[in-house]
This record gives sequence, structure tokens and C-alpha cells, in this order.
Amino acid sequence: MSRKAAVGSATIVAALALWFFATTMTQMISPGRFPSPADTWVAFKQITGVGYANGVLIDHVVRSVVLVTLGFLVAICTGVPLGLLMGWSRKAEALINPVFLVIRPIPPLAWIPLAILWLGLGDMAKILVIWFAAFVPSVINAYTGVRNLDKPLIEAAQMLGTPFSTFVREILLPGASPMIFTGLRLSLQASWTTLVAAELVGAMTGLGRVLNAAQQDLFPGMILVGMIVVTLCGWVMTAALGVIERRALSWNTATRAGD
Amino acid sequence: MRIFNTQNVIVLGLIGFGGFLGFWTLLSVSGLIPSLFLPSPASVIERFVFLLSHRFAGGTLIDHLWASMLRFGGGFGLAVLIGVPLGLLMGWFRLLDDIVTPLFDAVRFIAPIAWVPFAALWFGTGIGGPIMIIFAGAFPPCLINAYRGAKFADPRLIEAAQMLGTPDRRMITEILLPSAVPSIIAGLRISAGLGWQSLVGAELIVASTGIGYMMVQGQGNVSTTTVMAGMIGIGFIGMVIDIALRRVEEAILRRRGLSV
Repeated sequence: MSRKAAVGSATIVAALALWFFATTMTQMISPGRFPSPADTWVAFKQITGVGYANGVLIDHVVRSVVLVTLGFLVAICTGVPLGLLMGWSRKAEALINPVFLVIRPIPPLAWIPLAILWLGLGDMAKILVIWFAAFVPSVINAYTGVRNLDKPLIEAAQMLGTPFSTFVREILLPGASPMIFTGLRLSLQASWTTLVAAELVGAMTGLGRVLNAAQQDLFPGMILVGMIVVTLCGWVMTAALGVIERRALSWNTATRAGD
Repeated sequence: MRIFNTQNVIVLGLIGFGGFLGFWTLLSVSGLIPSLFLPSPASVIERFVFLLSHRFAGGTLIDHLWASMLRFGGGFGLAVLIGVPLGLLMGWFRLLDDIVTPLFDAVRFIAPIAWVPFAALWFGTGIGGPIMIIFAGAFPPCLINAYRGAKFADPRLIEAAQMLGTPDRRMITEILLPSAVPSIIAGLRISAGLGWQSLVGAELIVASTGIGYMMVQGQGNVSTTTVMAGMIGIGFIGMVIDIALRRVEEAILRRRGLSV
């Protein structure tokens, strides 16, 4: 084991020991402020067994993940083509950019009250908010991807009279896809954060709802379980996107070298 | 392809923006979407101006924005004051790096917004909660960029300094810090953006003043114009913060003779 790994695992063990020491053995940190390992385990057993906040853990996870996936798909299906169009056509860029510049500085989370006003606390409001959150990074990166395309390649294709559909399929999309995927990663992270926030503000089920209920019940153990699950789900989804990216861009040596 | 000049860009931009506003106004004024839900752009601006001088949810728009900016300053300042020195120290002392990195990696994937329940539990609706959440959003880029910047320091410079017996403290302040500055500034911009976003999220849930709180109250009163006026305020301040930091970045890079 390398020195780095040894020190690293020693640190993690020490942190866990300190957690146990401060909460369970000495109660330096009161159980009402931060849960002990045992409290956390009890909360975990409760949410996986009898359930908490209208459902068992898996219901909440599935609910949140499905909503994020839906919103994310809507966002990339609208954002990426728009970005490609803006990158390709100066006219489209000049036409759309001012509107985009006005909308862009509004943080995704600031759309939540508006979405609730429009669509209430249901699923449609969540999808709308995720759409707003994930839309901007997808557009920007698709746009940058097209702008960074190899100029001689475009000119060669044009000179050889490549039909537009072939051009899009074989030059535009592959050339821009590394940047597009970067945008998708940012979009996905923004989507996940935004969904959790939206569910915190108001929802019937979902991981944000678990956090919100635990906050209102003053249940630190459940808060910690919620945080851990939110973090793990976010991490797994980002990793899954990474796998898709590597499959899709297997021809791109830069991507492989980067891993 | 026709020659594309600035004038065309401006004309097309105006058409695009005008079309957007026109479409919005049409939807609202025609009653296709009730103006309660989609007020016309004019009434949103009117409400924005009204809120500048009239109190809503405990203060004028200026009061709320000011409260938000103070919190932002607190959380962001704390993140910079802790993150940057810690990043530099980690870039110099290997042991510290090995100790902090696994802990940091375990914590930084937690979305800032997921800290909200603990923030509420620990601080109530006081000023501490939002500051903690802004800190959670703004801290990682500060630390990461200071660390990366320190690692970019020219090894020859470090070796020369080491040979001359430079103490650790001066090594960090006089060698690592100067070479890390461009990376740190870039980190500050990311950090400020994330911090501002987290602030809005925090204020939606745990606050009794601030622009996010004003928007939630607007939502509760079904006052779409207030919510939209709040969005304008948030976007505007976020943009001002970003432009200010970009200016700082340009000034620093220029002073060091690096092109922007």
C-alpha cells in the first residue's frame, strides 16, 4: 500500500472514530444536533423498512431519479440542437443570443418559485425547473463544440459537396460531441441539485422530501441518511453518464487519455 | 455566404429580443395565458420599479438584495479565507495533502443544497444557515484551484529556493502564491457563481429576509410579478459579481504581463 493510501485510510478511520467518540462516547456533540452512527443506522433501517415521508427509500430514490432523467432528457433534446444551431449559423446566433444572455444569469434555483406558481407542487413543476437548470449548460457547450470544429475539415467537406444531413451526422456531431458531453455533465449536476432543492421546497415523495420531513421532525439521523443517499445517487448518475460518454466517444483518444 | 457585419448582428439581435418580448406580451395580453400566471413584461418591470421603493415581505427590493449580498459576502469571504490558504498549504505539505484530500473528496460531492436541513437545525433562520450553505457551494473551487495553482509552480524555482534555504512560510507566500494567482482567480469566479446560486436556494428555504425569501413570499401570495422581479434582481446581481471578478482577473493578468 502506498504512503498516500495508508495516510488516506488512516484519516478516514480517524474521522469515523472521532464521530463515534464525539457523539456516542462523550456526547460532546448533542444527539439533537448531529446523529451518532447508531442513530444513523436506526434511521436507515426505518426508511428501508417501514418507510418515511410517504414511502420507503427505494420509492424516493426511484421517484427522484426518474424525474431528473426526464427533465434532463427534455433539456438536452432542446438545448443541444439549439446550441448546435447557434454555433453553426451566425444568423441564428445573432437572433437568439440576446434573449439567451438575459436568461442565462438567472440561477436554476431561482426558477423554483415560478415553476410552483405555474404548475403547483407536482411532477410537471419539477421537470420544468430541471429543464431550466440543465438547458443553459447544454446550449453553451454544444455551441462551443461547433465553434471549435476544425475549420479545414468543414471547408473540405463543403468543397466536396457533402449533403447537409451527412455533414451533420459525420462532421458536426462527432466533432462537437466531446464538448457536448462536458455540457451534459454540468447539466446533470445542475439538474440533480435543482431537483433536490425543488423537492425540499415542496413535494410528496422524493429524496428532497425526505430531507424536508427530517428537518421538520428534527430527526438528524434521517437528515444524514438523506444527504448520503442524495450524494450517492448524484455520484452514480454522473458515473453512468461517464460510461455512456466513453462508449460514445471510444474513437476519441483525448477522452480516453483523460480518464 | 454574405458578409456578416456588426450592424447585422445588432439588427438581428433586436429582432430576436423584440420577438421574444412581443410573443411574451401577446401571450399575456391576449389572455391566452391568464396574466395572473404570465404577467406582461411591462407589468413585471412596473412591479420591479415599485418594489424598489415599496416594502414587500419586510423590506424593499433593495433591502432584500442587500441582505442577500451581505450573506453572500460572509459565506464567500469565509470560503476564500479558508479555502485558498488551505489549498496552498496542501500544495506544499504532502502529509497535509494526504490527510485532507480523502476527507475533502468525501464531502465535496454533497450538493450544497443538501446541507439545508442541517443548516436549519443548527442555525434556525438566522444568518448562519445561508452562510453555511454558500460556504458549502463556494469552498471546493477555492481549495481545488489554489491547490492546482500551487502544483503549477515552476519546479526549478522551487528547487532554487530550497537550495537557498527558504523557510516553508516564505516558500508559500513568495513562490507558490504568486504562481497560483491566475488559477486562484479563475477559481474565485466559479466559486462566486456557485455561492450565489446556493444562496438563492438557501433563502428559498431557511431565511426570513433576502431576495429568495421575497420570492417565496411572492409565490405564496400568487404574485407572479414579484417572483419575476426577484428573478431579475438575482440575475442582475449575479452578473455584476461575475463582471467585477472578471475585471479583477483581467487587471491582475495584465499587471503580470500575461495576455488575457
